[in-house]
Amino acid sequence: MITLRAGGLSIRVHPRSLAVGAVLLLIALAVALVNLTTGDFPVPVADVLRSLGGRGDAGTDFIVYQLRLPRVLTTLLVGAALGASGTVFQGLTRNPLGSPDFVGLTVGAASGALIVMLVLGGGGVQVAAGAIIGCVVTSVVIYLLAFRRGTQPFRLVLMGIGVSALLDAANSYLIYRSHLDEAIAAQVWLIGSVNGRTWTEVTIVAVTVVVLLPLVLYYGRHLTMLTLGDEIAVLHGVPVQRSRAVLALAAVGLAAGATAAAGPIAFVALAAPPIAARLSRSPRAGVLPAAAMGAALLTAGDWVAQHALPANDVPVGIVTAALGGVYLSWLLFFQRRNR
Amino acid sequence: MIGSRLRAEDLTLGYDGRVVAEHLGVQITDGSFTVIVGPNACGKSTLLKALARILKPQAGAVHLDGKEIMSYPSKHVARQLGMLPQSPSVPGGIVVEELVARGRFAHQRMLKQWSAEDEAAVADAMRLTEVADLADRFVDELSGGQRQRVWLAMALAQQTPILLLDEPTTFLDLSHQFEVLDLCAELHEDGRTVVAVLHDLNHACRYATELIVMKAGTVLAQGPPAEVMTAELVEEVFAMPCRVIDDPETGTPMVVPADRRRRRLSRTRQAATA
Ligand SMILES: Nc1ncnc2c1ncn2[C@@H]1O[C@H](COP(=O)(O)OP(=O)(O)O)[C@@H](O)[C@H]1O
Ligand SMILES: [Mg+2]
Repeated sequence: MITLRAGGLSIRVHPRSLAVGAVLLLIALAVALVNLTTGDFPVPVADVLRSLGGRGDAGTDFIVYQLRLPRVLTTLLVGAALGASGTVFQGLTRNPLGSPDFVGLTVGAASGALIVMLVLGGGGVQVAAGAIIGCVVTSVVIYLLAFRRGTQPFRLVLMGIGVSALLDAANSYLIYRSHLDEAIAAQVWLIGSVNGRTWTEVTIVAVTVVVLLPLVLYYGRHLTMLTLGDEIAVLHGVPVQRSRAVLALAAVGLAAGATAAAGPIAFVALAAPPIAARLSRSPRAGVLPAAAMGAALLTAGDWVAQHALPANDVPVGIVTAALGGVYLSWLLFFQRRNR
Repeated sequence: MIGSRLRAEDLTLGYDGRVVAEHLGVQITDGSFTVIVGPNACGKSTLLKALARILKPQAGAVHLDGKEIMSYPSKHVARQLGMLPQSPSVPGGIVVEELVARGRFAHQRMLKQWSAEDEAAVADAMRLTEVADLADRFVDELSGGQRQRVWLAMALAQQTPILLLDEPTTFLDLSHQFEVLDLCAELHEDGRTVVAVLHDLNHACRYATELIVMKAGTVLAQGPPAEVMTAELVEEVFAMPCRVIDDPETGTPMVVPADRRRRRLSRTRQAATA
């Protein structure tokens, strides 16, 4: 631990977490830059940079600002939102499986989006709104069902998995009863993708991150205390009910914003925090390292989706799902202990 | 007159409909070393939890400095009152020094994360509980006794004028038991109010300035050990015939349980009269 003091103020940083966060952020930005240069019309890095600096020619500007930057920013921000949301949920539930994609929140968001797409016949921003509403409603329902008698984080995880199975069935039903072309569009949305994202999606997830990430950071120290158990947290002066409510709502919001912009992308929220924790050798990932890890994972995943697979421009959700499967098996096979 | 910053009135305590105590009232004398004794499951931990506001009373209220304890901001209370719970669950992957350092939360703010006082308090707490050598060890890899001292260090780091300790000596060997009790006595001499649940009546009588004797959710007696600790009371509370003599070392009451045969005799006599 390094302490910086000035006057009556002091902040404390875990140097390795800081380094890991910074390196991951750099990786995310570097891969993002690569993603800006490649595509149907390759653009040299120098031209991209000139364009970003406001001195590019019209053609490059169009490619960068209209075609690629929205997608790249959406990817970075969605990854960061999922990473942050994941570490908060895993801390609150004290469970590595307690991430928003496992406890049914993203499935709930998908239900909201599918209802808009397939039942109400909406599109675009309406789908995003449906996803956000679906996510929030699902989280409230899970909370009410799981926290009826006191707070037992484990109940929340199990209840979330139950609700998520139920909603999965509902989603399948919605797709089954729709027309083929609608069903295909819905199914693609369900994979989670950043293809063809516009400034609308960037705005949705950017607002989410700008508003909620500082909140989660501010309450990060409370979260650290909450992981010691409610009793210890109360004894040391954490306003447990309020802190938990703020953190949970912020994490739900982050997951909702991310899903509204890119669909239910699997496993980033689950895997990013523990990987960041492992790299920084701390028991739990801080919010910023987890967010940086999420951004790096998803950006790298999108590069793989665009270039490394035979089919052109595969949805990134397929890549993260595959990575997630590998990660989960690794977790189960090699994790020695609950650390 | 000596006051009581911490007092409880007419508490009903329980869990999920099961009532453990009713009409329970206690006053913790300021500056006392109060020891709570009583049989297993009589509600000692439950009372302590209520006093430390981690169990909400079903009726009645706990008061700190004349106001309901729940009405203060949580951090304010945490700077006045600390507690060592009976069996905190051990978090994985956290080292001793880090856990003890978290005991400073109540004194920290967003931009005052680690002051010189924080550093000194943590170092002091670890030295007093003799866990400095364990600083880099994982808490979940320690023995029960080491763990107990680490949790105690965390509570000490909080530096509160009132300290509640639920069985601080369980898991400890004889010498560490006395070290912890001596530490409590020193904290008490420094002016803090210490409340501890102990099982050993002789330890209780040696160290307490005040005893609270509980049975089945009620307080049977409260006062200095020399006045409270009688053979009749021990028999009534613990169903244990005994003699109470002067501790040859300290002169405080010392409970000597009756011989096995005499205890059996008294049990049959009790059964016959019942
Ligand atoms: N978390 C709990 N949930 C339900 N019952 C409890 C809980 N904790 C304690 N009890 C019950 O309350 C009674 C008093 O327990 P406690 O205060 O822990 O006793 P002790 O005097 O041994 O510390 C016991 O009957 C116990 O079973
Ligand atoms: Mg107890």
